[in-house]
Amino acid sequence: MDVLYAVFIAPFVDMATAPIFFAEVIIGGLIAGVMYSLVALGFVLIFKASGVFNFAQGVLALFAGLTLVGLMEFMGQTSTQQLPWYLIALAIIGTAAVMVALAFAIERIVLRPLVNQEQIILFMSTIGLALFLEGFGDVLWGSDVKALDIGIPDASFEWGGILLNQFDLVAAATAAVLVAVLAVFFQKTRVGRALRAVADDHQAALSVGIPLKSIWVIVWSVAGIVAMVAGIMWGAKSGVQFSLSLIALKALPVLILGGFTSVPGAIVGGLIIGVGEKIAEIYWGPLIGGAIENWFAYMLAMVFLLFRPQGLFGEKIIERV
Amino acid sequence: MLYREAGQFKASYAADQAIFPITQDRVAVIAVLLIAYLGVPFIQGDYWFEAILLPLLIFALAAIGLNILTGYCGQISLGTGGFLAVGAYSTYKLMTAFPDLNILLIFILAGLITAGVGILFGLPSLRIKGFYLAVATLAAQFFLVWLFNKVPWFYNYHPSGNIEAPPREAFGFLITGAEATPQVRYVVILIFVTLLTLAAKNLVRGRIGRSWMAIRDMDIAAEIIGIRPLQTKLLAFAISSFYIGVAGAMMFSMWLGSVETEAFQLFVSFDVLFMIIIGGLGSLLGSFLGAGFILLLPIVLTNLFVGGLGFTANFAKHVEFMLFGGLIIFFLIVEPHGLARLWQITKEKLRLWPFPH
Amino acid sequence: MTMAEAGGNGADVLLDVANISLSFGGVKAIRGVSFDVQKGEIRAIIGPNGAGKTSMLNCINGFYHPQEGTITYKGRTRKQMRPHEAAAQGIARTFQNVALFKGMSTLDNLMTGRLLKMKGNFFLEALHLGPAKKQELAHREFVEGVIDFLEIQTIRKTPVGRLPYGLQKRVELGRALAAEPELLLLDEPMAGMNVEEKEDMSRFIIDVNEEFGTTIALIEHDMGVVMDISDRVVVLDHGEKIADGTPDEVGKNQDVIDAYLGVSHD
Repeated sequence: MDVLYAVFIAPFVDMATAPIFFAEVIIGGLIAGVMYSLVALGFVLIFKASGVFNFAQGVLALFAGLTLVGLMEFMGQTSTQQLPWYLIALAIIGTAAVMVALAFAIERIVLRPLVNQEQIILFMSTIGLALFLEGFGDVLWGSDVKALDIGIPDASFEWGGILLNQFDLVAAATAAVLVAVLAVFFQKTRVGRALRAVADDHQAALSVGIPLKSIWVIVWSVAGIVAMVAGIMWGAKSGVQFSLSLIALKALPVLILGGFTSVPGAIVGGLIIGVGEKIAEIYWGPLIGGAIENWFAYMLAMVFLLFRPQGLFGEKIIERV
Repeated sequence: MLYREAGQFKASYAADQAIFPITQDRVAVIAVLLIAYLGVPFIQGDYWFEAILLPLLIFALAAIGLNILTGYCGQISLGTGGFLAVGAYSTYKLMTAFPDLNILLIFILAGLITAGVGILFGLPSLRIKGFYLAVATLAAQFFLVWLFNKVPWFYNYHPSGNIEAPPREAFGFLITGAEATPQVRYVVILIFVTLLTLAAKNLVRGRIGRSWMAIRDMDIAAEIIGIRPLQTKLLAFAISSFYIGVAGAMMFSMWLGSVETEAFQLFVSFDVLFMIIIGGLGSLLGSFLGAGFILLLPIVLTNLFVGGLGFTANFAKHVEFMLFGGLIIFFLIVEPHGLARLWQITKEKLRLWPFPH
Repeated sequence: MTMAEAGGNGADVLLDVANISLSFGGVKAIRGVSFDVQKGEIRAIIGPNGAGKTSMLNCINGFYHPQEGTITYKGRTRKQMRPHEAAAQGIARTFQNVALFKGMSTLDNLMTGRLLKMKGNFFLEALHLGPAKKQELAHREFVEGVIDFLEIQTIRKTPVGRLPYGLQKRVELGRALAAEPELLLLDEPMAGMNVEEKEDMSRFIIDVNEEFGTTIALIEHDMGVVMDISDRVVVLDHGEKIADGTPDEVGKNQDVIDAYLGVSHD
């Protein structure tokens, strides 16, 4: 009975008796969730437009973070000397340019020769890409943990009894703005329409004259910039280091929850996983030894899929023969 | 030797269905086996065994396991590391709980336990397909490794968290533990790998293999022909996991001797996946070629950079990452169907040589 | 069994479809269709695009589950069944868009079609010993018979993905025949073929029916072929049955002529 009580009753009692703490847990989960959404969004963009399951998304974030730190150090940033805002902005723009150049290179060197190959081959090539970029970033900028300071204060304040962090809020707001901009980009612009056409059917899109190559460069650029934002946010919080590339693994359960091709799915899925994971870790984690963050999200997503295989926003699939 | 099949007529379906219908292939395989059994064990020097031969055989076995699931049945799995861990930890538990149990039997039991776990994590394959399933198998990877790390029962409450293989004998030879010679361990592993490869070949060329490939190539048509999708997929999960479990058992008890969960992380899953893709999906020969390629490449690169060019070990590691990643992309572009296909094309050319037209 | 006997009234009813309705969401694909297939006949299902023909075959072999109506096969009325159960009861089919196992050879495709006739013994198969080996050889012989029948000996070991379309259709027929079906469902077996290929295919269909006594239900657009080879024809339009009878009767039916010429339905 004690076990049943500990598993099914005690956590809820804890939640009810300490509502402020519970609210903080949920907010913490939402903020982590925004980050997951951001990485998942990069996945979805590339999968939609090219059918490539891009395992290198997390490494792109790491690579962007490393590049930004490298550029800022080049401009004179030291641990005591804070750069003026316009130089930081310049460094960020420079990093974005590097990501776009990288997108060109990836399309030319990796994707173009592999066009029409099976998905698993493309997937493996992105693992190769991840290994390459990881080694390349380390060779260029060194492999020690680097602090990234872009001038957003990391201060806490209280609001209605709930402890909030200014940096987290700025990060969440930035991510939200980015998502909104992307949504407009896809729905309202010519390029966005072409992109959705490519996502629906490569062959049909080609036959009405949509240039597949430039579409791919665009999505990889956009995914690179999304990765950069994720890399900056994550890097500024806990330093730019190898573990940054592992946030890609956090985004995968978000993808199966939200669907590989659904932008709203990536966002809502990210928030669900973020909150679910925090709650499970804090209220149930201690019962089974802790550190369940690594796999809990996967289990959650898998159980969810058993009941709804089409994901959160997918339509029921009618199979034809 | 000329590679020709002119003049080799097959008079019965039995002859046509032999594993190696062409005489030259049969001769080559027998020669390789003779060298492996009668020549290699007399090599002196542990390095060859510890660094190359033992891991090659063990990973080839794991690659065959994954190839059955991914190459033949079409279900992508990223959980290989987790299943290797199940094989290793169940071997450890069985060895310590039943010290008198025959070690060879323990390997089989460890394989069976892994097969059971594989079936469990294969259940979602009924509802989900492709990359969704691949991501779901990551649940197995992370959960299993977490489990063996967090639950002290699995490592017998040892303070270091390591598991260590106690010495065990089979047929009068010491085959596990620090005292067992690499030559003996090599021969035992070789016997397992030979028998299991033969069994895999028989399965994939018969009724069961065809039902796997039917599910892989077109699952709807397969179901309409009368193949039951869930049973077929679960059988693939079970057999694949059995092979990987036995590989994990031998990896722990006969190669490394002492392991912790660190040895079964996600990158191991990727390595085995690389082996079957570079070797060739749906090819048993490819599993061996791929294992050789993926295992030898880093060794060659390290020797080249640290030994040849005098890089620091750390810098060499990063360059190695780059080159490894780059080579994999290069290889996928040049021959997406793997080394086995390359071998097959060479053979087809040889058949016609020297008259290519 | 001869054609005259097969088509005649009073012959055994192999399959009876009664009042089938099927819809996807709001779209009604089939509305209250009834017809029967008698043992040993060649039964054609025709109609314009979107008439619900393929959906009807999908209902018969258990791939779709109709919301209303019953299907009686060999005297047993069934509610729901999975496609592999239908296969076990002797229903085989081919597909509108060839659905072969592309990575496998012709021989392996046919052997896969034979799968239900094979018994499993996992350990014997892993060792390729005794009964397992004998069984494999016995079925190989049967399949070689089908290969001879369809005249595809030269492509026995070719991966089917490399074959031209017409041959793929033939291999697909072979895969269905390998199962020794009692009821063979053919979904546009001659789509996309030239005249010679159509003649070959028609000959195979008639031979299958006459030599093996297999009952055949087929969907076909080429009216010439339908009129030549089928014993009875059922005509669907917009998911409803508009005619049913011998080729001659159907050919003279005003509703059928209207449907094909596109007279509006009010």
